[in-house]
Formats: sequence, C-alpha cells, structure tokens
Amino acid sequence: MDKIPILRMGQFLLVTIQIDLYDRLALNLETDLVSMVHKTGARGVLIDISAVSIVDSFMGRILGNIASMTRILDAETVVVGMQPAVAITLIELGLSLTGVHTALDVERGMALLETKLGPMDLMADEDDNSE
Amino acid sequence: MATGIIQLLKRHKAQVLDTWIQKQLANEELREDLMTNDDLRTQSEELIDMLAKTLTEENINQIDSADFDEVFELLATISISRARQGFSPRETGLYIFSLKEAIFELLQKQLVDAPATLYTEVLKVSRLLDSFGVVTLETFIKGREEVIYRQTEEIADISTPVIQVWDGILALPIIGTLDSARTQVVMESLLQRIVDTGSSIAILDISGVPAVDSLVAQHLIKTVSATRLMGADCIISGIRPEIAQTVVHLGIDLSNIITKASLASALKHAFSMNKLVVKRIDVVEKKAF
Repeated sequence: MDKIPILRMGQFLLVTIQIDLYDRLALNLETDLVSMVHKTGARGVLIDISAVSIVDSFMGRILGNIASMTRILDAETVVVGMQPAVAITLIELGLSLTGVHTALDVERGMALLETKLGPMDLMADEDDNSE
Repeated sequence: MATGIIQLLKRHKAQVLDTWIQKQLANEELREDLMTNDDLRTQSEELIDMLAKTLTEENINQIDSADFDEVFELLATISISRARQGFSPRETGLYIFSLKEAIFELLQKQLVDAPATLYTEVLKVSRLLDSFGVVTLETFIKGREEVIYRQTEEIADISTPVIQVWDGILALPIIGTLDSARTQVVMESLLQRIVDTGSSIAILDISGVPAVDSLVAQHLIKTVSATRLMGADCIISGIRPEIAQTVVHLGIDLSNIITKASLASALKHAFSMNKLVVKRIDVVEKKAF
C-alpha cells in the first residue's frame, strides 16, 4: 500500500505529495501526520502539493482538517505549490481553506514558517539543545 | 412545354446575366468599394450557371428538394463572404432579388403572347427566388454572428492582461464587467502568471469596472481566494467612492481583503510587503559622485 513519507527538518515536518491522493491515502496521511506532530513536537508542517493535479472536496477538507488538528498541537500548516487548476477547483467548490497558510514554493513556505514562529522558536531550540 | 422557364433560362443564360449585372450596376447603392465589377460578374455567373444546371420542371415547385443543396451551399458561400466584406443585409438581399427581376424581364419578353403561362411561370420563379433570398439572409445573419462571437472572445482575451509591474508583483487591470466566464479567464491567466513568474503579490485593479454588484464582488472574492490558495497575496485597487458606497450598502464583507483606492497606493503597499524602498536620489548628491 502506498504511503506518503513525512520527513523531519529541524522543528518542521515536510510532506511532499507526489501522486494524486485517493481518499484512503489522504485519511492515512492525516493520521500519520497528526501523530508525527505529536511525537516530534514539530512547530510547523509544510505540505507540498505541486505534483497534485486533481483535488475533490474530500481532499480539500482533509487539508483543512490537518491544519486545524496541527494548530491544536501548536503547529502551523503551510500548503505550497498549488497548481492553478487545483486552486480554481477548490474555490469553485467553495473551499477557501481558511486557517491554512499558503506559499508559492517550498523555499517560501519554509521562510513563512520561520517568520511565523521566529522569536518563540529560538527559545524552543535552546530548550531542545539543553535537553 | 417548349416555353417553360427552364429551357428559357438555359437558352438565354447570358442575356439574364447581362440584365442582372446591369440592374446591379444601375443600383446607386452598389458598393464598388467592397467588390470589383469583375468579381461581381464572376460571382453572378457562377450562381446562374448553377441554377440552370440544377433546375428541372420537377424540382422547381419543391424548394426543399435535395437538388438545391449545391445552390444553397453556393448561396451560403456568397452570403458569408459578403458578411465578412461588410455588406449590409439589405444589399445582400437585394443581390438575390434583383436576379428575380432579371428573370421576370426575360419571361415577359418571351411569353408576351401567353399571359396565363407567364403568370404561372412568374409565380414559380418568384417562390423559388424568395426562398433563395431567405436562405441568403439566414446565412448572412449566421456569418455576422460568427464575427461578433469571435470579436467577443478577442475582447475577453485582450481586456484581461496580466502585467508584471515589478519583480514579484503582478498587476491585472480589469476593464468591463466581471461575469462568471470572465472571472474564469481572469483567474486562469492570473494564476498561471503567478506560477510562471513566481510572483508573491497580485494587484487587481478595478478602476475599469463600471459597477460592482454582489455578483461581481463575489467573483472578485473568488479570485482573491484563489490567489491566496496559490500562496500569493492579492490587493484590490482602483476602488472609486461610488463603488465603496455600493459595496457597503450591499453588505459585502471585504475586510479580509487588502483594498486600496489607487493602483499607486497598492504598489506602495506591495513594495512595503516585499521590503522594497523607492528613494529619490538627490541630484546634487549624484553630481558629487
């Protein structure tokens, strides 16, 4: 069964979705991601969907859910690299993904996460180091 | 019957053509600027030849007969080419109806001794050519509609240019009312340009939008949300006082959207978002260097 890898990058988690998500896979990703955030204490999640060409309302909802869930666990979610067609589809479906941060590409997404969590994280880093 | 219209037409084809051309040339409204006399003659000759070829005693009373398909096709070609050349429907209609007169003249000359036959033949010709005229006008209208449709598409394409005003800043001046179809075009071209140029800020300028109703506002909000999903920020600029008034009166909530009165202030805001500074260089200072 397909599995979407979740990579740890410092205090962030990086998820690159390289295939079109089907419902089961999306649900698994949601579960895996939330438990990873909990386990690693990550402060940010970056989801790259630049290779995703098709979305439906379910997939849109999953993205929204992931953002809400990680927020409860004190992590911000950034979705990057959305294709124009995907953006238009989501808007037409009435899903504007409020609460999800967005960026053009992974680099800018990382920069966004860093500015979002900047001052606090220096402290978090120190805590990590001291432990 | 030796004096039937078909034999007459076949025998006196050249004569009919001459009369017809003369009638057309005599018409003061003839558009010599749109078509040369030679072209007119070739076109008319082709039509008469075709008519003489296809017309028989049987099908002259059956206008919907399949025999006329070729004639109709030729008429359609003539009509569409005339529509493109800029002839008016009246001129195109008269082109066919003047043929009727030319044939009547021939019949009158040939059948001067047999008024009863003249009457029935005239009736036949009249009915046939009337239907030709209607077909011509129908295709003419169709041709014009195609022209209008193409122009509409072109205007839609032209009126939504996406301009890169600065490195990483796109501007999209919207001219004309936004409807669903245009929103789609605007969104697609804007989002594609965002991807192509890697721009993080898009300015939607609505100075050229005559009125904003709730539907237009909804389309604007859609476009802004789509750019946000892509990871870019969207500023709406060029909001005139009357538009601000309508928006508030309609109870449309634009509070989540950055709005500016002019494109200039939107650009200024975009600069500050990108941490860019525009500075006037002191001339004296420049000379000193």
